[in-house]
Amino acid sequence: MPRAARGCRMRSVLPVLTVLAAILAVWYAATIPMNARLVDGQAARAGVTLTFSERAARSMSLTRPVLPAPHQVAQALWQGIAAEPVSSKRSLVYHAIVTVEATFAGFVLGALVGIALALGIVYVRVLDLTVMPWAVISQTIPIVALAPMIVLLANATGIGDRLGVENRLVSKTLIAAYLSFFPVLVGMVKGLRAPDAMQLDLLRTWNASGWQSFAKLRLPASVPYLFASLKVAIAAALVGAIVGELPTGAVDGLGARMLVASQFGQPLLMWAALFAAAGVAGVLILAVGGLQRAVDRAMGVRG
Amino acid sequence: MSAAWLWGSVAFWLTAWAVNVRLAARARGGGARVAIPLLFGAAVIVLWEGLVRGLGVPQVILPPPSAIAATMAANPAILWGDFVQTIVYGGLTGYAIGCGAAILVALAIDRSPFLTRGLLPVGNFVAALPIVGIAPIMVMWFGFGWQSKAAVVCAMVFFPVLVNTVAGLAAAERMQRDLMRTWGAGYGQTLVKLRLPAAMPFVFNGLKIATTLALIGAIVAEFFGSPTRGMGFRISTAVGSLALPMVWAQIAVAALAGTAFYGLVAAVERRVTFWHPSQRGRT
Repeated sequence: MPRAARGCRMRSVLPVLTVLAAILAVWYAATIPMNARLVDGQAARAGVTLTFSERAARSMSLTRPVLPAPHQVAQALWQGIAAEPVSSKRSLVYHAIVTVEATFAGFVLGALVGIALALGIVYVRVLDLTVMPWAVISQTIPIVALAPMIVLLANATGIGDRLGVENRLVSKTLIAAYLSFFPVLVGMVKGLRAPDAMQLDLLRTWNASGWQSFAKLRLPASVPYLFASLKVAIAAALVGAIVGELPTGAVDGLGARMLVASQFGQPLLMWAALFAAAGVAGVLILAVGGLQRAVDRAMGVRG
Repeated sequence: MSAAWLWGSVAFWLTAWAVNVRLAARARGGGARVAIPLLFGAAVIVLWEGLVRGLGVPQVILPPPSAIAATMAANPAILWGDFVQTIVYGGLTGYAIGCGAAILVALAIDRSPFLTRGLLPVGNFVAALPIVGIAPIMVMWFGFGWQSKAAVVCAMVFFPVLVNTVAGLAAAERMQRDLMRTWGAGYGQTLVKLRLPAAMPFVFNGLKIATTLALIGAIVAEFFGSPTRGMGFRISTAVGSLALPMVWAQIAVAALAGTAFYGLVAAVERRVTFWHPSQRGRT
């Protein structure tokens, strides 16, 4: 890592910690007014009047709070991760694995489609003119509107059974792929077109074939663009997998966990699933970043 | 009869493709840029119709475009009611509040470099999170009406717009700011005459990303509870009763609304940032 970047990162640690501390403080403070009605109701039924500290303590230890306190969410999260065996349906790890499977399959599919389309667009002019506008339009369509349809199609055609996987996984994968192909497509087109005319001319004076100028100039030039868009794509794929679980009647996965928790009125589980999803997103983005550094090193990029 | 549909549509598609190839090879003007994608879209619809009719695909799997169009023509009141409920009330309200709040917060934290350095990494991280997940919480807080949908949309669009606006406010160059100072411009004048215009390409980038997020948020939130109208509600009930043309009609409305919304923001962007290199020469 270049020294300047490390210095920059060190300098922003304190501000980031300050902001996070401020968010936590606001969150704790907000639990009191948000849960006031519940706490007052309990106190009225019990016939006691509450001092401020009692009220604060009760606001932060309700079993079904309107807004749970951060430590309650952390506790529910910990319980979901560590207290249950991974195979149990009450374990968040189990649900996270189900969601990550679909995320990953959709991400790979979407990235491959995006790269293939980008190659077509850069090398074939008619594809540039036909595919690009429709790719933009495809992203303005709210995919979630299509989600129940895709589920139905996957069930009706039994495509999952033929491939030897669950139909539900097929539909989630397709939705995740639909959301993740576009950033890859855009980034890859930009990257493949990044070499300027001078560099392309130089290769021509060296009598490089089309394949050589692709492999030695365009492809390496596109790698930074590719990884920047892969980070966006994996986050989008996770959103797709979670959204894909909502209308499908799925019982496994973080999205399904949220839906079930909301239907059965268990806010703590809902918040825990939400934070588990956020954690998964962070881990996935970090993983792509790690892959990027490994590829950079293999290609001889020096920081 | 069905064979005629099948081969006719395939032939039409191939012809359209051939025409596109020739157009792409010859034409350089703006006309081809519009004509080629339009022809491609038309060919896809014809191919869809032909394949569905020719191969006898049952309507519960994939209805032909003509059936979808007929459903749209037959139920304008339902479609319009759902559109208003989901897109206008849920989507646009949340979009306006979320984007407005994000720009105001960006202006506020911009005055403190400390806060900017702290909020930017946090905002970048949160912008990548699956914020749709807060939908059930918002439905619990704000009820089944459009308010909870607007709240979800608001939270979804907030961070992308915030991060882009903060980046945009840093876009004016040091030289330009120094020039403003030599002219004796105060904070307000520098902001209005230099930094806000310089930030606009970034702001619009965020606003365009937010248009898609807004529609996704508004529809997803309805899966967690809604009154008996709205596009998400209609889609989930219509899928349940296998009324597929209705589902596709809703999808068509969503697609048209999404494209129009995005196009509108892009058009405003062209008016506002006409000076930017990416807009020049695109009259």
